[in-house]
Amino acid sequence: MTPPQERDYMGLSPAAAVAATELRLGLPGTEEAEGGEAAAGAPLTLDLLPKGGAKRGFADAIVGGTAGQRREAAARSKEEEEEEEEEEKKAQAPAAKAQVVGWPPIRSYRKNTMAMNTPTPKSKNDAEAKQAPAQGCFYVKVSMDGAPYLRKVDLKMYKNYKELSLALEKMFSCFTVGHSESNGKSGREGLSDCRLMDLKNGTELLLTYEDKDGDWMLVGDVPWRMFTGSCRRLRIMKGPDAVGLGKYSS
Amino acid sequence: MGRGGSRAAPAAAAPPWHALPDEVWEHAFSFLPSASDRGAVAGSCHSWLRAERRSRRRLIVANCYAAAPRDAVERFPAVRAAEVKGKPHFADFGLVPPAWGAAAEPWVAAAADGWPLLEELSFKRMVVTDECLEMIAASFRNFQVLRLVSCEGFSTAGLAAIAAGCRNLRELDLQENEIEDCSIHWLSLFPESFTSLVTLNFSCLEGDVNITVLERLVTRCRNLKTLKLNNAIPLDKLASLVRKAPQIVELGTGRFSADYHPDLFAKLEAACAGCKSLRRLSGAWDAVPEYLPAFYCVCEGLTSLNLSYATVRGPELIKFISRCKNLQLLWVMDLIEDHGLAVVASSCNKLQELRVFPSAPFDAAEQVSLTERGLVDVSASCPMLESVLYFCRRMTNEALITIAKNRPNFTCFRLCIIEPHTPDYITHQPLDAGFSAIVESCKGLRRLSVSGLLTDRVFKSIGAHANRLEMLSIAFAGNSDLGLHYILSGCKSLKKLEIRDCPFGDKPLLANAAKLETMRSLWMSSCSLTLGPCQQLARKMPRLNVEVMNDPRRACPLDSLTDESPVETLYVYRTIAGPRSDTPAYVQIV
Repeated sequence: MTPPQERDYMGLSPAAAVAATELRLGLPGTEEAEGGEAAAGAPLTLDLLPKGGAKRGFADAIVGGTAGQRREAAARSKEEEEEEEEEEKKAQAPAAKAQVVGWPPIRSYRKNTMAMNTPTPKSKNDAEAKQAPAQGCFYVKVSMDGAPYLRKVDLKMYKNYKELSLALEKMFSCFTVGHSESNGKSGREGLSDCRLMDLKNGTELLLTYEDKDGDWMLVGDVPWRMFTGSCRRLRIMKGPDAVGLGKYSS
Repeated sequence: MGRGGSRAAPAAAAPPWHALPDEVWEHAFSFLPSASDRGAVAGSCHSWLRAERRSRRRLIVANCYAAAPRDAVERFPAVRAAEVKGKPHFADFGLVPPAWGAAAEPWVAAAADGWPLLEELSFKRMVVTDECLEMIAASFRNFQVLRLVSCEGFSTAGLAAIAAGCRNLRELDLQENEIEDCSIHWLSLFPESFTSLVTLNFSCLEGDVNITVLERLVTRCRNLKTLKLNNAIPLDKLASLVRKAPQIVELGTGRFSADYHPDLFAKLEAACAGCKSLRRLSGAWDAVPEYLPAFYCVCEGLTSLNLSYATVRGPELIKFISRCKNLQLLWVMDLIEDHGLAVVASSCNKLQELRVFPSAPFDAAEQVSLTERGLVDVSASCPMLESVLYFCRRMTNEALITIAKNRPNFTCFRLCIIEPHTPDYITHQPLDAGFSAIVESCKGLRRLSVSGLLTDRVFKSIGAHANRLEMLSIAFAGNSDLGLHYILSGCKSLKKLEIRDCPFGDKPLLANAAKLETMRSLWMSSCSLTLGPCQQLARKMPRLNVEVMNDPRRACPLDSLTDESPVETLYVYRTIAGPRSDTPAYVQIV
């Protein structure tokens, strides 16, 4: 039994409530535009929400539309705005089938396990299915010095070193050094995209990988395709430990 | 209980039952079946509170931050079995960044001090370190059951400590954990004199195990009832293990892929023939449907079949399932398709729980013929069906209405239409009518997940009709704050609410703040929340922890953010422990 509200947050007079729930035909987007304002003159106190924030178009959600709309409305510094735009472009660049984080709701454990099992090919697609898995690995373990747990990444999901290092940033709460610098360099991927910094300590981290032969190499040395073909596992090392793996350009 | 029939004495004496000593009450309470009954009893009066808490043996802490470990141990000193759950449910789908919290260590430490007789410990979605496992092995002389579900942070070194230290271990149950492989032969650390194992589940372990050691362990543990192997165990070794444990009740086969060899088939078939007690079967049956007939002899006795990691498709799979006439639980991939489910519907009339998982969730091109048809068939023909988890790509209101009419006995209904915002594919209407029918018909519904195109209307129905609903999951649904308001102002029994990517703002939260204290937790991510109202909520409700989570890359202090700053994720839960002190930089308690 809820105590009496000091403020009518929902602004629901009986008339407004009834009107708002009146059954109407038509797609949700159009309905809302009529229903909201036409509701028996009683204003719903929803105007604090950024315009468009409450309304969702059909395709918006797929590429994180809410986030995009909200961020437009809020005041942001110029630098952040730029990063936002870049991120939205990235999100929208693939087709509408871009993966939304955590959707469909399948446990990470299940996703990893399924990636290990290749589905039984249908008889007519036999040849294709056998070729379809990329040479080398999909899911590789990623460990970070000092972190008590491992993560896994699916190398097939990334097209270049930059995407991989962005994903690792998110996973391990570190961030990529030289991110904005490498923006300007066209086609120059590699080491400059893979320098990571420990968010908490400000110490530099190095991204390394173990290849097919069991050797530990610096990520970014070889072309991307060659890397995904030979990478067996990844390790984010603290800077000093990586001495001897090779110099990296600054 | 008075003596004689003397009516002269005034009836001022307290009722006799007041005088009963605590031990009698404790004994009476030991017959109470559930934790909620014991909770109700404890709330009646002080003497019952005292008697109940001192005799409680089994404690479930559904949110590790709802109470401080030391307080819990002090309040319930006689606990022998404890279960603690940590991260929010959406952590399973990657929505909670690393280092969020939910460390098991404080619980293990408190238990080590206050519950020396502890026998059972179960952690779900928590960070369990090797040190925790070492502490467990060292602190409880009669430790018997360790269950870890969806945990991380430990390695085979921790398992080695358990194997070496827990002389009376009965159950080691590792479900879907992230375990680092330190190549320690932990299995060899069970002493030769150790024979008490009843359950051994290491299916989630990725590394190799020493098969000889495993065989010896299985041979000497004559009470072993549950054995769930990992992918490292090849098929011929599986056969010999099963032969050594014919008393097995539950078997998990690990990865089951091998080229077909008739002698291997014969070996497997002979081993299964010896298992008269086998009731539950699982495994990642990867291919080679030719081996399935080796298990035909156990089909009739099976009550539970988990093929949800099996990518077998086609007639062999269906033939296998159709022989399992006594199935109560079936977990399967959508590769079974509608026609396979039609066979399930006609063969498995005792079915109580069905889960159908997607084989290609991210690839819309890979179409499998699993639609609403399959679910309609099963719900029509299986009168005891009460729990469903179903991933599919299309649905209609009519199908849902039919399902609701056929199966008013659903307690758990989770439908996931893979593409967000998918409408009824025939009428192109939202699926409001369908889900409304479900909640109106299934009066005992305790858990519901909705999907597809949905407007605020469906939430009005849910709020009004879902009186027993305890857990609700919503994604990409609704049009406005009203949707959330309907839920929070209705749903009398709601305990857990998790929402993502819905246009719900903070007004319904403020309008229904008191409701949040009657619930265990609320999760909202990618909705339309802003910081100011969240802070307002926190001020209004001191017994709630209001946690705000933003992009881990942008950990900025709260003072630098304005009231209008968007809140990416909100996690609110009731607690008697106050704000937690182990938040990472990207989580702020407002």
